[in-house]
Amino acid sequence: MNLQIVMLLGQDGLTNGAIYALLALSILLVFTVTRILLIPQGEFVSFAALTMAAMQGGTPVRLGWLLLALALGGVVMDLYAAYRPGGRRRFAARALVMPVYAAVLAAATTLLPLDGIGAAAQAALTVALIVPLGLTLYRVFYQPIAGAHSLVLLIVSIAVHVVLVGVGLLMFGPEGARTEPFSDSGLQLGSVMLNSQTLWVVAVSLLLIVALYLFFGKSLYGKALRAAAVNRLGAELVGISPELAGKASFALAALIGSLSGILIAPITTIYFDSGFIISLKGFVGAIIGGLASYPLAALGALFIGQAESFSTFWASSYKEVIVFTLILPVLLWRSVSHKGAEDEE
Amino acid sequence: MFAKNLAVSLLLGAFMAGGASTQALAQVKIGVVSSSTGPIALVGIPQKNSVPLLPTSVAGQTIQYIPLDDGSDPTATVSAFKKLITEDKVDAIIGPSGSPNAMGVIQFVAEAGVPMLAPVGTAAVVLPMTEQKKWVFKTTQNDDLIAAALIDHMAKTGIKTVGFIGTADPYGDNWLKVFGEGAAKRNIKLVGSERFQRQDTSLTAQGLKILSAAPDAVLIAAPGSSSVLPQITLYDQGYRGKIYQTHGAALPDFLKLGGKKVEGTILAASLMLVLDQVSDSHPSKKAATDYVAAYEKLNGSKPATFGANVFDAGLLLERAIPVALKGGEPGSPAFRSALRDALEQVKELPATQGVYNLTAADHSGFDERGRELITVSGGKWALVK
Repeated sequence: MNLQIVMLLGQDGLTNGAIYALLALSILLVFTVTRILLIPQGEFVSFAALTMAAMQGGTPVRLGWLLLALALGGVVMDLYAAYRPGGRRRFAARALVMPVYAAVLAAATTLLPLDGIGAAAQAALTVALIVPLGLTLYRVFYQPIAGAHSLVLLIVSIAVHVVLVGVGLLMFGPEGARTEPFSDSGLQLGSVMLNSQTLWVVAVSLLLIVALYLFFGKSLYGKALRAAAVNRLGAELVGISPELAGKASFALAALIGSLSGILIAPITTIYFDSGFIISLKGFVGAIIGGLASYPLAALGALFIGQAESFSTFWASSYKEVIVFTLILPVLLWRSVSHKGAEDEE
Repeated sequence: MFAKNLAVSLLLGAFMAGGASTQALAQVKIGVVSSSTGPIALVGIPQKNSVPLLPTSVAGQTIQYIPLDDGSDPTATVSAFKKLITEDKVDAIIGPSGSPNAMGVIQFVAEAGVPMLAPVGTAAVVLPMTEQKKWVFKTTQNDDLIAAALIDHMAKTGIKTVGFIGTADPYGDNWLKVFGEGAAKRNIKLVGSERFQRQDTSLTAQGLKILSAAPDAVLIAAPGSSSVLPQITLYDQGYRGKIYQTHGAALPDFLKLGGKKVEGTILAASLMLVLDQVSDSHPSKKAATDYVAAYEKLNGSKPATFGANVFDAGLLLERAIPVALKGGEPGSPAFRSALRDALEQVKELPATQGVYNLTAADHSGFDERGRELITVSGGKWALVK
């Protein structure tokens, strides 16, 4: 083990850690705002990667149809809520925006040739498909039970995850896929070649983290989301819609997830069920941050990335065991240092 | 009124059920368990898609197939097998798709006396032969047969040291064992062995470890498209030695995912990848060509070899059922036992994967006609001359 190997392992750990950090942040964001542990977060990653790969491979992109189905489900639920006994008997035409958008996208992704439009346009289209997917998932599965106990929300999350993995198999098939790298060049740093994809991942992660910081620190919507996270009832009393907060946090999580998926698709083979294990490591990072602190969660995720990389080098058979065992001392330490402060539910 | 209706419908139901079961006696029932959903769906889907291509009547008996999906879950495999055995009273079962799934059901088929034709990778389902495994037949090449071809090629091309990268599952375990034993006999040294999971996003660490051992060649043992990432990682890290793959990599996606970076790979697999290049005298050429054409017509895509393993199970049954009919009526324990005995007697059966010669000791029955040495040349599979 020489310096070069340490540098290469560090680079590998940094790439993965940056992705885990992004996922940790979005899991944390959704949890603090809605109390939902977003287990389907990983599906945003794998769906984005596979959709991108499908566009480049010239195979049919079917994600638009899932979006359309979910959007129509949302409209049906809106209609039911408006016209059931005791409903408001008012149905805003605004509710039809989503299905129309989904129908247009589904038709466009099915009919247009997408393999020649360039990586940037494909990435934009992928994001345009995944972000509304987050919104409609919240509308259909979580909004009707937004006030339920967090255990109920967790179980629904697991159910949504299992269903999405099955739908993913149907849409993308059992084989893995990878996309073309953004560029083939790299940066020579001493004796080590820095992979261009690593630079992309780190740059986009940093950019997103700064953007999130500015959004939550400076903008009104960000502050409203934070208020909803701190005290839901209080936020409602001052006029912050919990529905809007939920939808916004899901859209953000889907945005981060889809960007993560686009970033890692060129460096690895992604399968229809790859998302879970990736987001699980982000989740471990978020746990290290106590599911409360953003900087701690990001640092925890970076730490997981490094731990994974180096433990793989020393004992590749026990990699997952080592990574997931790391969570035990953290949980122990947190439960000793916090005297049951989180037991309010 | 309600009670009367109920009584009538119950009677009718009983009558129809009785009618159905007498009719069912006249035909052979075969259960097919595959993992068409879940993590090993890439194996199970071509297997499920091959079921409509199986023979539908043999020696005047119609054959009914009952396909079930186990979702890649070994527990679900056990319940599917129990359902087929106790409720459907099948005469034989083809499946399951996964090695761990197959290991878990051997005791149940042996208890019930139902022959099982397993299209799985691990040789552990038929070796070492035990009283229970007498009921199990395996329609894939044993790992040691494939490994022998690779080791032979290594020895001939003067390779002295080999690094191993395999999946951390029974597939990788068995390959490490079989390859290690075979290589030692030919004085080829195993200088490193690294493991990974199918869903791993990065194999940089494993690659570096192998690279620092600087072997003459690297063997990658992984099923399906997970065999691509280790090879690409090694290529990107600057490794230019020979790369060997197992029959797990023998599928179209390997070329699609690997592109230029898998050029020159050596692997041993059935002739299905290089059908147009093998000579017409190869006993399996006709069966394999027919199967690929029929599969493509039905499903619009070329099959992976996993599907052919199920198809071969059908060919074995087609050969064995006429013999077994002398032993008893379909649906009876006597027939199932006769079917098992008949399967064990199958000799020189040309099928899609090779030629079967089953014996009491060898329930897989392939010889060197069941493997071809294949390389990747110009982005296509090519026979090693």
